[in-house]
This record gives sequence, structure tokens and C-alpha cells, in this order.
Amino acid sequence: MKAVCWMGANKMSVETVPDPEILNPRDAIVRITSTCICGSDLHLYNGLIPTMEQGDIMGHEFMGEVVETGNGINREKLKVGDRVVVPFTIACGKCFFCERKLWSCCENSNPNYWIAEKMMGYSPSGLFGYTHMMGGYAGGQAQYARVPFADVGPLKIPEGISDDKVVFLSDIFPTGYFGAVNCDIQPGDTVAIWGCGPVGQFAIRSAFMLGAERVIAIDRFPYRLEMAEEGGAETINYEEVDDVVQTLKDMTANIGPDSCMDAVGMEAHGNNLLFMVDRAKQALKMETDRPVVLRECIQACRKGGTVSVPGVYSGFADTIPMGAFMNKGLTMKTGQTHMMNYMQPLLDRIQKGEIDPSFVISHRVPINAAPEMYKTFRDKEDNCTKVVLDPWANGIAA
Amino acid sequence: MNESKNSSRYTSQRNPQNGSLQSLLNDLTPSDASSAARRWAPVLAGGTLAIIGLSRKSAFGFGLAAAGGALAYYGSRNNDAATESVARGSVLLNCTPEEAYSRYRNFEDFPTFMHHLQSVAKIGDRQYRWTALGPMAIPIQWDAEIWDEQVGEFISWRSMPGSALTMEGTVRFEAAPANRGTFLRAVTRFDHPAGQLGRAVAKLFGKDPSFLMQQDLRRFKALVETGEIPTTEGQPHGRRSGVDLAMQKVNPDRPKRRKSQMSETLNNTWRTA
Repeated sequence: MKAVCWMGANKMSVETVPDPEILNPRDAIVRITSTCICGSDLHLYNGLIPTMEQGDIMGHEFMGEVVETGNGINREKLKVGDRVVVPFTIACGKCFFCERKLWSCCENSNPNYWIAEKMMGYSPSGLFGYTHMMGGYAGGQAQYARVPFADVGPLKIPEGISDDKVVFLSDIFPTGYFGAVNCDIQPGDTVAIWGCGPVGQFAIRSAFMLGAERVIAIDRFPYRLEMAEEGGAETINYEEVDDVVQTLKDMTANIGPDSCMDAVGMEAHGNNLLFMVDRAKQALKMETDRPVVLRECIQACRKGGTVSVPGVYSGFADTIPMGAFMNKGLTMKTGQTHMMNYMQPLLDRIQKGEIDPSFVISHRVPINAAPEMYKTFRDKEDNCTKVVLDPWANGIAA
Repeated sequence: MNESKNSSRYTSQRNPQNGSLQSLLNDLTPSDASSAARRWAPVLAGGTLAIIGLSRKSAFGFGLAAAGGALAYYGSRNNDAATESVARGSVLLNCTPEEAYSRYRNFEDFPTFMHHLQSVAKIGDRQYRWTALGPMAIPIQWDAEIWDEQVGEFISWRSMPGSALTMEGTVRFEAAPANRGTFLRAVTRFDHPAGQLGRAVAKLFGKDPSFLMQQDLRRFKALVETGEIPTTEGQPHGRRSGVDLAMQKVNPDRPKRRKSQMSETLNNTWRTA
């Protein structure tokens, strides 16, 4: 089959590799019909998250048709022919954490848990196509994928609803929604969201779904800010203001946003000195993460407010304003998304017509174009917001 | 004082008769600092003597330097000559102590989740012949018997008289509070006999036997809780670099097992579970 493989920093390649096989009783093989490039894949593309190996298959946002199941899978839960969206987190459904619906903290899905333990103390769940530290599972930017614990994660999708509308249930829609849930939104709340990429876009719409009065979105790309405005947000282009924190103060009568969301993560940009320092340290491997946005979130949040972090961080970040965090009595909520809590409710909303997630798609291309699209997406060329790959189309042009 | 504090904190106090290994089990934080000190003290002391001696630039000084150098040399060699391998590990299992006990009690299934073992065969009522794969695939064999156990509480086993290897092991199951499952704690101790066998055993367990045991216990946990052991062995990938392949070859912390073997074992043994 064809698969997008990580061949080193800034090097993606579409390779012909063997088809996946069932390795464990609760595995399923999915023939992929749609698969996407995620903003978090760009951290891997840029070579900033450790424990990738040359040849690793990328991708964790995919859907398709079940073509084979292991003999440990209950046919009532999943059978050959089912159309499914596969969540990017892998969960066993049986451990202490899964029982408490903390699916992305599953104890049993990461065979390389010990690598993550060295960095984080304890290991989160396994993820598709996202470093060996997170399990080393082959990803879904391919024609087929092996899905472990397939009786827990995959969500069945009825016929008559297009891939474009549901494929983002694999990650970014639930992730944006989870970010908004973590904001603990109360009636009348103002939510500030840094980052108007796809997760930020879904977070804006989810915040309104959860009852936010105002959403203020922050980015620097006009086309992304426009999309945020279409979602009902007020916007700040941080390159056009002197100080984002002061601007937010001005917009909220010096109270501050009730919650602040970092939908950017470890490769944030900024326009101040500290950003330049972070960038230099990251380049020298003295710091894995650039917490430019996290700092602003903590600084800008109103007293007693909540900071929600759906943006990906991988290791260590410097100069976190702990004084502000502690003295203002803030709460921080984070985590890889507990996918299985949100996929079905969000599918219901899509089916009721409350939202059509396909609005984020800017590019639809055959899988062979993936290497080029990684660059386009990373460099924000061609107004790129979201790339959907067709694993079965030939050629490289859209 | 310290001892009693430890025991009130860590022991179930259900099997106080259960000998020396119990105290090892209680000592859940092996004193890495003190063992490091034991390892490095002669090296540092010897090195210091050598430097002082050399700085004297006299016959006595050179003698002192030589003595210091010898001390440092033998000190640095000493850590290779450990006389035993002790491993400790613990996991939380999402089942009752009785279930955990009965799953663990099937010693013959150990190779499914203990990857250094090739087989455990029943040779008597509570007696088993264990075969591990040592370096260069040389089999290492010992006979051990369960000498004490309490259903749902603990199992203790030790090598039988005449066994090629002297070892002992114990595993204890304790109910976690508020129905949170079972704490499993295990400890094993292997003597390193003189000669080739001892070296093979030392090599088998490596520098960090507890790390290997913890991996075994995590696989046991996955097996008990989910019916399978997570793996990526046998999945497709693109061209690997020579460096990665070499790393996998030399990294002893990543015990590998052929995928067909793994799924075969799983499908045969645990399907009915």
C-alpha cells in the first residue's frame, strides 16, 4: 500500500510498504477513505518531538471501512463492512483510567510507555503515527491502517453523510470541543482563544455551543481571522497590536477573559524579545517547547479564571509566569482529548445540522501530494487551513 | 524504628512468616544512592590518592599514585562482579486479588508476558522447570517450587535443592481501597554462581533487573485487563535507516519477540479468558 512516511526532519515521502496485518485479537484493519494532515503533525515534520524513526508512517486523522477484524472483537460492536471514524488516541477500555473516561490516559495501549515515563513520570495512551514515545503505532496517512482495541475507539458512521463532514471527528473537532469544555464556560463568559488553525476554529464554535457570550480569537493570518469571524468571534491580529494582553484588557473593561485557551502549543510565534530567546533555545535544543502563547494566556486570564491547553507541548518550557498563575488563583486544564466522550455527541450535532465541519477544508489532494502539502501547510501558503488526502486517487494535483 | 514504620506502611502483615524476601518487598525504593556510593567511593578515593601521589613528584608519591590507581581500577571493576540480581516491581490491576492470584498462579503462562523466559514446565505438584534464554541464545535452566502461598494473597517460590541456580521470588496481591483493584508487588532474587553460568545470569538480567520485571508486570497487567499485550511488532513501515536498525540490535532494554510467536501464544492461551 501507499503510505506517507517520516524520513527525517522536513522530509516526508510517499512509500510503498506492506499492508498492515492483524497482530492482536482486538485489532481491526481499516481501508482508509479519507485522511488528513494535522497541525500537530507539523511538530514532527519540523523534527521537534523526539523518538521518531525514519520510515514511521504518519497520520492520526482518518476514517474508512473495516475490512478485517481480530477474533477477539465482539461482532455486535464492530464488524467487517462498518464505516468508521478512528479516534487518534488508542484506549483499551478496561483499565483504571478508561473506566473513569480518561481515555487518553489509558494504561495499556502504549507498548513504549517506559520512554514516556522517563520524560513525563507516567505515560499517556498510545497515539497513531505520533512518535515511538507514544507507542510507535503506524499512522493513517496510508491506504490501510491497523487499529488496536478496535471495539473501543472507532465510531460507526451511517451511510448518507459525507466523509468531509465526519472525518474531523477523528481529532480536531473533539479536540476543539474538549478545549472549550476545559474552559468551564459559565453564562456571560468571554473566552479568548489563541490560534485560529482548525482546532481553534472548532474551539470557537464549541465555545458558543457551550454558552459563551463572547469569543475573542487571536492569530496573525488574515484568512484564518476571517474564518474565525465567520464563526462569530471578535478577532485580534497580534502583529497589528502592541500588546495582546493589554488589548484583551481594553476589550473586557479591565476584567480579562474568563478563560483563555492555548490552541497553538509548542511552536508558538510572537513579536517580543522572549519569543526570540525561545526560538534560539529551541534551535539549540536547550528547550523543546516555546510557550509564548501559554505565557500570554496566564497573564491575560482574569483572576480565578481557567486556562485550557489543547495545544500540543512535548517536553520542557522555560519562563512560565508561575507567580501570575498562583497569585491570580487560576486553574489549568489540559490533556490529549478524551475522544470517546465527545465523538458520538458531536456526530449527533452534525446530523442535526448544527454544524458542518467541512468548512475548515482548504485543500483536497491525492496522497502523492502529501509531502508538498506538509510544506504548504507549515508555511501557511495558499491560505492553507486543512488538508484532506485521498489515499486512492492518483497523481499529485488536486 | 525505621523498620517498623516501613512495615506498617508496606506490608499486609498477613504472612509475617514469609522470610527475608518479604523485607526486600517492603523496601520498595532500593537505595540507588547508597549503591552508587558503594560503586564510586573506591574509584573516587583511588583517583584522589593517585592525583595527590603524582603531585608529590617523589618515590613515595609515585607509590601512593600506583596504589590509588589500583584501588580506582579494582573499584571500577567491582560493580561488574555483583553476586546477585534483585528485581522489584509493582502494578495496579483492575481486578480482585483473587482474580489476580489465579491468573498469576498459572506459572506455565509466564513466557507470554516474561519475555526473557522460554518456558516454564510443570514437573511436580508445585514444582516447575524454568528455562530462560541467556546471551547467545544459551538456555539457562533452574527448578523451583512454590513453598508457600495463600489464595488471593501471596505466592512464594524458591529454587529446589540441586537446581543449577539459586533463586527465590515472591508476589503479593493486596486489595486497593474503594474497589480500585489490586496492588501487585513482586520481588525476585537470583544468585550469580561462579563461572560461565553466573555471567550468563548477570547478563540476562542486565544492569537494571527491576526495569525488566516492571516491563513483565506491565505486560501481565495488559493481559489481565484487556486480554492482549499491546505491540507494534510486525506492522508496516517505510525504509529504516541503518542507524535505527543498529540501535535496535544493540539496545538490550527493548526485548523483542517475533510477532508470529506472540500472536500465536496470545491466540492460543488467552482467547478463552
